[in-house]
Amino acid sequence: MRFLVPMAIFVVLVVVLAVGLKLDPRYVPSPLINKDAPAFTLETLADPKTTLTKQDLLGRPVLVNVWASWCSACRVEHPVLLSMAQNDKVEIIGLNYKDTREAGSELLQAHGNPYRQVLFDPQGKLGLDLGVYGVPETFVLDAKGVIRFKQVGPITPEAWRDQIKPLLAKLATSPAP
Amino acid sequence: MKRLRTALLLCALVGGAQAADTPFRFDQPEQAARYQRLTEELRCLVCQNQNLADSHADLAQDLRNEVYRMITSGQTDRQIVDFMVARYGEFVLYRPPVSPLTWLLWFGPFLLLAGAGGVWWAVARDRGVSAPDATEDAAVAALTRQDKAPS
Repeated sequence: MRFLVPMAIFVVLVVVLAVGLKLDPRYVPSPLINKDAPAFTLETLADPKTTLTKQDLLGRPVLVNVWASWCSACRVEHPVLLSMAQNDKVEIIGLNYKDTREAGSELLQAHGNPYRQVLFDPQGKLGLDLGVYGVPETFVLDAKGVIRFKQVGPITPEAWRDQIKPLLAKLATSPAP
Repeated sequence: MKRLRTALLLCALVGGAQAADTPFRFDQPEQAARYQRLTEELRCLVCQNQNLADSHADLAQDLRNEVYRMITSGQTDRQIVDFMVARYGEFVLYRPPVSPLTWLLWFGPFLLLAGAGGVWWAVARDRGVSAPDATEDAAVAALTRQDKAPS
């Protein structure tokens, strides 16, 4: 009986600390979920004369993947993206973030290109509007251009299978606007 | 005296090195003060325990540029903070607003204080009850007897 109160405090403390250990302090919930994606006008990585705007991403769900040639975690993610594009026919739009045209294009030539289009954002302007703070990051946009999901860090095969793929399936079946 | 002067000089040099990181020019000292205050209150998302003023991360530099741009283009502090919160969430604020989500953060310490006070009170009360204990008195008496006994 005497030890009941200290014991209870101890158990509560252990539970709180255990939960705290499991949390990822680098994960910052995005305030942009369920908000309209920011408008943009950017050149493509392949061709400075071609520009894309937000309108080009509407009408179907797309993934927007923020990457750079200087980002080592992006290399880890790259094979997963290639597999998603090839095996699951996912439309992935790349956002080349604070990179150079040469380095970005070289990487895609050497390792394969999973992107339908690649936006070129050398100053990170769209990155800032999207609240990007750690590359790679991936956004799922629905047909209306609303951000429905954000992955911070590389897409793992598990994250694809358990979170993004089911979400895309759900978005594809929901009635188009 | 000479040593003191050297120490002061070193301090001045260190201070200068910190400020040199952001070579922004403001027309009015009031703007520079606002820049200083805002970058000290906004968190760098990359190195999370540093504010924008301290951080050398690339992203912090971008956000400093943005704060500078917004101040010189005549935006209010409120607008600048809202701009950051809209993109990065309330996590960027070192002093988040009081809302149901941050109640525990703001009032948790007082809760802990109240809990500790409660425990202290309970312990003090228990001591007060058990002090004039018959068995304890007997034990003390036995011990003193032992001490007095010739060995």
